[in-house]
Amino acid sequence: MTDSAPPASYATVAEKRASRVRWMLLAPALVVLLFAASGPLLITLVYSMLTPADYGGVVWKPTGDAWFNVFMQRDIFDDTLSWSSAHLSIFWRSVKLSLMTTVGCIVFGFPTAYFIATRPKQQRDLWMLLIIIPFWTNILIRTFAVVELIRNEGTINTLLMWTGLIDEPIQILFTEFSILVGMIYVYLPLMVLPLYASMERLDFSLVEAGYDLYATRMKVLRRIILPLVKPGVIAGSILVFVPSLGAYVTPRVMGGGNQLMIGNLIELQFGQGRNWPLGAALSITLLAIVMVALMAYVRTAGKEGPGHG
Amino acid sequence: MKKTLTSIAALMAISSPAFADGALNIYNWGNYTSPEMIEKFEAETGIKVTVTDYDSNDTALAKIKAGGHGFDIVVPSGTYVPIFIQEGLLMESKPNEMENFKNMDPQWVDVEFDPGRNYTVPWQWGTVGVTVNTAVYGGDINTAAVVFDPPEELKGKINVVPEMNDVMGMAIHYVGGEQCTDDKETLMKVRDVLKAAKPFWVSMDYGNIEKFAKGDLAAGVNWNGASFRSRVDNADIAFGYPQEGYPVWMDNAAILADAQNVDNAKIFLNFIMDPENAAMLSSFARYANGIAGSEEFLPEDMKTAPEIVVPEELKGAAYVAKTCPPSASKLYTAIWTDLLK
Repeated sequence: MTDSAPPASYATVAEKRASRVRWMLLAPALVVLLFAASGPLLITLVYSMLTPADYGGVVWKPTGDAWFNVFMQRDIFDDTLSWSSAHLSIFWRSVKLSLMTTVGCIVFGFPTAYFIATRPKQQRDLWMLLIIIPFWTNILIRTFAVVELIRNEGTINTLLMWTGLIDEPIQILFTEFSILVGMIYVYLPLMVLPLYASMERLDFSLVEAGYDLYATRMKVLRRIILPLVKPGVIAGSILVFVPSLGAYVTPRVMGGGNQLMIGNLIELQFGQGRNWPLGAALSITLLAIVMVALMAYVRTAGKEGPGHG
Repeated sequence: MKKTLTSIAALMAISSPAFADGALNIYNWGNYTSPEMIEKFEAETGIKVTVTDYDSNDTALAKIKAGGHGFDIVVPSGTYVPIFIQEGLLMESKPNEMENFKNMDPQWVDVEFDPGRNYTVPWQWGTVGVTVNTAVYGGDINTAAVVFDPPEELKGKINVVPEMNDVMGMAIHYVGGEQCTDDKETLMKVRDVLKAAKPFWVSMDYGNIEKFAKGDLAAGVNWNGASFRSRVDNADIAFGYPQEGYPVWMDNAAILADAQNVDNAKIFLNFIMDPENAAMLSSFARYANGIAGSEEFLPEDMKTAPEIVVPEELKGAAYVAKTCPPSASKLYTAIWTDLLK
C-alpha cells in the first residue's frame, strides 16, 4: 500500500503536467483557429440572418430573408414565387467549370509530372523550378498574360490571321472557354506538385516488372502507375477544385464580367447590390458545397482503396 | 490596464507609417490621379502621397464602411456623396471656407448632393454616353440604340460598363421613363430591352480604353473621358450623346471622417481648387473639372474635343444623375442580377 501510493500520485502529477504542456503547445494553433477561422465564419453566419441596411451593412433585426433568397425568388413584376434561377444557374456554372478545370489540370498535369519524375535525379529540381516560377508570379499578371495571348488582336489571333488560316479574329476572350483556359493555367501547378511528389516515390522496378510480364503500356498505366499515384491525384484534385469554385479574379478578367461565378455573385451583393446578408448567405452556401463535394469525393475515392492487380 | 492600452495605442501610432507626419493617403478611382500633379503637390508641400485604386463607388463604399482602411481622402461620385454623408463617413471639412474656393465654377457650388459645398470639392465631371468605332459602324451614334438595339455590325463587339445606376438610368430613359422610377410598366420594358440586348454584349467591364483603341471593342456604354483617351490612340473612335437621355456626373474629393492626416488632406483639397492644378487633373483624366479659369491651362486638343464640348442640340437630353431611393434600387438590383446570371 505504502509502496504503490506515492508512485501513483506521482504519475498523476506528471500526467497533469504533460497535459498542461500539451495544451500550452496547442494554444497558439487553437487561438489562430478560433480567431482567424471560426470567428469570421461565425460573423458571416450571424450577418446572413440579419436585415440589409439601405446603403450596405446590416440592421440588427433577425430575418430569414437572405437564406430564402439564396434559393427562392419572388418575381418583382407578378409576385410569383419560384426557384431562384439566377443563383442556381450561377452555382451550376461554377461547379461545372471547377470540375472541368480539375479534369483539365489532370490531363495536362499528369504527363508533366510523369515526365519530370522520370528525368535523372539531378535534372528534376530544375524542371520543378520551371513549374514553380510562374506560381510565384501574381495571379492577376498571369491572368492578363493569357488575355494578351487570346484577345482579338492578341498573339494567337494575329498569328492565325498572318498564316491565312482565318480571315477575322476568333472570339475566344470573354467566353466560358476562356475562363476555363485561364483557370487551368492558373491552377496547374497545384496539380503538378502533389502528383510529382507521389510519382517521385513510385518504384519504377514495378513498372519494369509489369512490362516483363507482357503487360501493355495501357495496362501498366492503369493497373500499376495510377493506383500508386492515386493519393497525389486526390490531393491535386482537391487543391484545384476548391479554389476554382470560389475563383474571383480569373472569371472576372477572362469572362468579361457577364459570366458570373459564385465568387463574382458574392462580390455583387457586397458591392452594387448592397445586400450584405445575401452575400453572407451565399458565402456559406459556397462553403457547404465545397464540404459536400469533398466528402463525396474522398468517400468514393477512398472506397476503391489502393487497387492491387 | 487603461494605461497599458494607451501605451499600446501610442506604440502602434508610432510604428504605422499612415500616422507619420507629412503623409497623405488618397483612395481614388484607378487611372484617374494625375501623377504630375501629385509630384507637384509633394514638391510644394513635402507631404508624401500614396494613391490606392478602386474601380467602383460600391467598392469604395464597402471598404470604407468596413473600417481600418487608413485612407484620408476618397473621391465618390455625386450620386454616392449623400450616402457617404448619411453613413457618417465624410468629415465636414468646410471647403467653402478655404482660400481657393473662390475659383469653383458657381454652377457646381450649390449642387443637390452637397449644397454649398461643406464636404466636397469637384474632382472631375463628365457624361455617360456611347463610344462607337466609326470605321465599323457609320450610322447615327447619338442614340442608346447602338447598345440596346445594336446594328448588325456592332453585335458581339459591345462592352457595357457594369455601373448599375448609369446603365439602368440610360435604359429607363431609352424606353421613355425618368431616372429612379419605380413604375413597374416602365421597368418591365427596361428588363425586356436589356435581356434582348445582352446576348450582343461581349463584356461588362471597366478599363476598356486600350480595348477600344486596339479594336477589340467597337461600341459600348462609356464615360466621355475614357472615350477621349481611346480616340487619342485611334482616330475612328467617336463619342455619342444619346438623345433619349444621358447622365451627367461629378466625382468629388472629400476627407474621410476617420482620416489620420486631416491637415494634409485640407491642404490637398485647397490645392486641387487651384485652376492650374485642376487643369493638370483634367489633362490626365480627360474630363472637365468644375474650376473656373482652368481652361487656359488645358492642352489645346481638350478645348475643342467633341467628348468635352456637348453639341448644342443635345444639351437638353442631359440629366444630372442622383441617388435613387432604396425601394427603386432594390428593383434595379433584381433586374440586374437576373441580367448577369
